[in-house]
Amino acid sequence: MDAASITPTLRAKDYKSEVAPVWCPGCGHFAVLSAVTKALAHLKLAKERVAMISGIGCSSRLPAYVDAFGFHGIHGRALPLASGLKAARPDLTVIVTGGDGDGFSIGGNHFLHACRRNMDLTYIVMDNEVYGMTKGQASPTTQPDWAKSKLTPHGTGMRPFLPTAIALAAGASFIARGFAGDPNGLTKLLVEAIEHPGFAFLQVLSPCQTFRPEQKEWKHLVHPVDMAPTADSVEAARSIQADDGMALGLFYARRLPVWQPQNQATATPADLEREFAL
Amino acid sequence: MTERPTLAGGATLAITGSGGSGAVTAGLILLAAVGRAGYFGLLGRSAGPQIRGGESAAMLRFGPQPIECMGDRFDLLVGLDWENVARFADELPLDRNSLILTDAQAGPIPEILVRSGAQVRSLPWKALADAETEGRVNMVALGMVGAMLGLPLDALEAGVRATLGGKGGRILTPSLDCVRSGYAAAAAAPVPSTTLHPAVARWNISGNEAAGLGAVRGGVRFVAAYPITPASEVLEWLAPRLELLGGSLLQAEDELASINMIIGSSFGGVPSLTATSGPGLSLMVEGLGLAVASETPVVVVNVQRGGPSTGIPTKSEQSDLNIALYGLHGDAPHLVLAALGIRDCIDTVEWAVGLAEHLQTVAIVLSDQMLGQSRAIIDPPGDQAFGACTRPHMRRLIAGAADSDHRRYRPAPDGVSPMALPGVPGGMYTAEGLEHGAGGTPSSRAIDHAEQLGKRLHKLTGFDYGPSWAEIRGEGDHLLLTWGSSAGPVFEAAERLRDSGTPTRVIALRLLEPLQREALLEAIGSAGSILVVEQNQTAQCFAYLHSQQALPAHARSYARAGPLPLRPAEIMGALIECHEREET
Ligand SMILES: Cc1ncc(C[n+]2csc(CCOP(=O)(O)OP(=O)(O)O)c2C)c(N)n1
Repeated sequence: MDAASITPTLRAKDYKSEVAPVWCPGCGHFAVLSAVTKALAHLKLAKERVAMISGIGCSSRLPAYVDAFGFHGIHGRALPLASGLKAARPDLTVIVTGGDGDGFSIGGNHFLHACRRNMDLTYIVMDNEVYGMTKGQASPTTQPDWAKSKLTPHGTGMRPFLPTAIALAAGASFIARGFAGDPNGLTKLLVEAIEHPGFAFLQVLSPCQTFRPEQKEWKHLVHPVDMAPTADSVEAARSIQADDGMALGLFYARRLPVWQPQNQATATPADLEREFAL
Repeated sequence: MTERPTLAGGATLAITGSGGSGAVTAGLILLAAVGRAGYFGLLGRSAGPQIRGGESAAMLRFGPQPIECMGDRFDLLVGLDWENVARFADELPLDRNSLILTDAQAGPIPEILVRSGAQVRSLPWKALADAETEGRVNMVALGMVGAMLGLPLDALEAGVRATLGGKGGRILTPSLDCVRSGYAAAAAAPVPSTTLHPAVARWNISGNEAAGLGAVRGGVRFVAAYPITPASEVLEWLAPRLELLGGSLLQAEDELASINMIIGSSFGGVPSLTATSGPGLSLMVEGLGLAVASETPVVVVNVQRGGPSTGIPTKSEQSDLNIALYGLHGDAPHLVLAALGIRDCIDTVEWAVGLAEHLQTVAIVLSDQMLGQSRAIIDPPGDQAFGACTRPHMRRLIAGAADSDHRRYRPAPDGVSPMALPGVPGGMYTAEGLEHGAGGTPSSRAIDHAEQLGKRLHKLTGFDYGPSWAEIRGEGDHLLLTWGSSAGPVFEAAERLRDSGTPTRVIALRLLEPLQREALLEAIGSAGSILVVEQNQTAQCFAYLHSQQALPAHARSYARAGPLPLRPAEIMGALIECHEREET
């Protein structure tokens, strides 16, 4: 019998581990954690068949708070860690979590290639436009004139990284944006992302109360994506280009070939050895 | 020339030619043919930095005993043409007993080779090739050289078929014709033809293929890697074969990805490996620390090239020992092994996989360009690495569903705690690179740090590695101590010293970390003169052994940077000099 079918129905709280979060009061990441557990409960996934993979950062602490298998890796490398796991164990539901610094700065190259590779992974980036764990430096998504960091006292002077546009250009097959202040919408998007066969990228606006208190305003700025989800990359590009960075919902979803290993053994090492015989 | 080189007496030859001349093809055929005739052989190759074509040299040595190094000099130099050969001149030591075979039509022999005093014989290769349809000079020369060495014609033909058979009749038929024509022309001076009949069927294998085979024999079924010379052939060999075994190889976007990918796959329960060379290993060290801290087994085969930086990608050196030993940050105990020869690449990598799996840690296996890109005729390996010498096959300790109170990092007497694989109900935990308590929860408490540091160190230092930590040969008051691919020329130097009345022992280290210090000191005993031989500028192994207090104070170092291979004669000279210094 399939393990999933004998799992008694679990509630969201059953997916929470006993480890206490290190997050500051009011951090958006709490809502993401709660949406993750709700989505897992909704999908009736057996805990032991779920693997939560992350890099380093406040957001990357999330796996420890979920009662599933997890791997808290190193900064920026969550996607390769998850890709290796998925390649070896296609039977698992693999969810990757991290921050905007982790995913787009140190891990930027892996992000591009994970989009291209289109393995069946769900990648949640909790974007607070700041490095939380190292106490408030600019991240790739920070506005150029944000001058509160001691490292960039004049701001970054650089245009922000555009996660959804870059994901589309790099070939991601599912691109959506959620908001920590909209738990129901976020849970729904997460369910869709996990169900999507292929690389599902979900940017979550997750305010940092400590270093970006002005992000409290986000709840007034967000609005739904102004068009229906599309599988047409040109249309998706148009809506992503028109986006003010605050649109919530699914921009793009398309069935594309999913990278999968070939797992049928037809030989043993002893068979291979024959090729060396004189 | 004092004595004509033969297979039975041993022969060393080099074949040189410019791009497209087929020097390496001729070398591959000769090696296969010699193997079929029942002899051992070694084929090394040297190429310049060009991507395709360009000049190249095949260097071969044959004989009735296993061949572990190229020797000091070449008996024969087969010059198909001389374009740019001067670039290889210092890799082709000749003397007045050497013989240069060429065709006068190939043009004048470079001055630097003439100066060696070698004799020269011009042979009508071009004319014979022109007499055949689609005739090729390299094949005519091959036939002639084969005959001169005393190689039976059928072995030579079998070598041609094995090497060129895949290319179809349009290449194969004229090649065979040319080989026969060259053979017949040489046979005007009769040669003794002999075929040995060894008890076991031998193998023709390169060091990089051997490393790949060792990996799959050890159980590796997932590989992620990024191409780099001279490690790429490990990956090229593995990619299609892993699929046959039900595994897979993923070409990663870089080495940062490849090391993290194999940590992920190994976390999923699949024994995993990557192969790289120096610059790639540098990129992997942060990931290796993660594997150590999270106790996730992974194996890295590092096929060393000349360094630092991108260095000399196509040539050999042993200068990555320091990064392998010390590259990881923090106190990060891990295994460092080094293969002692081409055949040893099979066993050492297989052993490394078993050790990494059993001890849930990182194993770095040092190979190098010389081992990786050379081919040899070898006796096949036993059923298991080092036969009966190792412990029962090592496997990962996996936690079952029934284990109550499974705590991933719970200290155990031997430091190895069972690992629950994803999918096991009740086994859930988060693998952690941050310091953690027994359950895996991050912790910055001194007590947890001490406990986990101790666990990770003692599981490695307390393990009984058996006798395979080194290969020890010979008896005597003189001692040559070495590691990795330097073992080949060192073994030969010791043998020759013994033959000339200087009893010499060799200790070749296969397991460098954790250093088997007690066993090493016991093996060194009261040796009179001790010389540590390695191919790098700064005597990395010598310094390491001293730092571990594993060497008597009178031990000396013979360390020389690559890429020219270490020669037995220079090692003999160095040992005698070291001994004389002891005397005075
Ligand atoms: C190789 C490396 N460089 C730097 C760091 C320090 N570091 C830890 S977390 C972090 C940034 C985290 O920011 P982000 O990914 O945006 O996540 P957040 O904390 O905001 O959730 C950095 C730079 C590290 N751990 N490793």
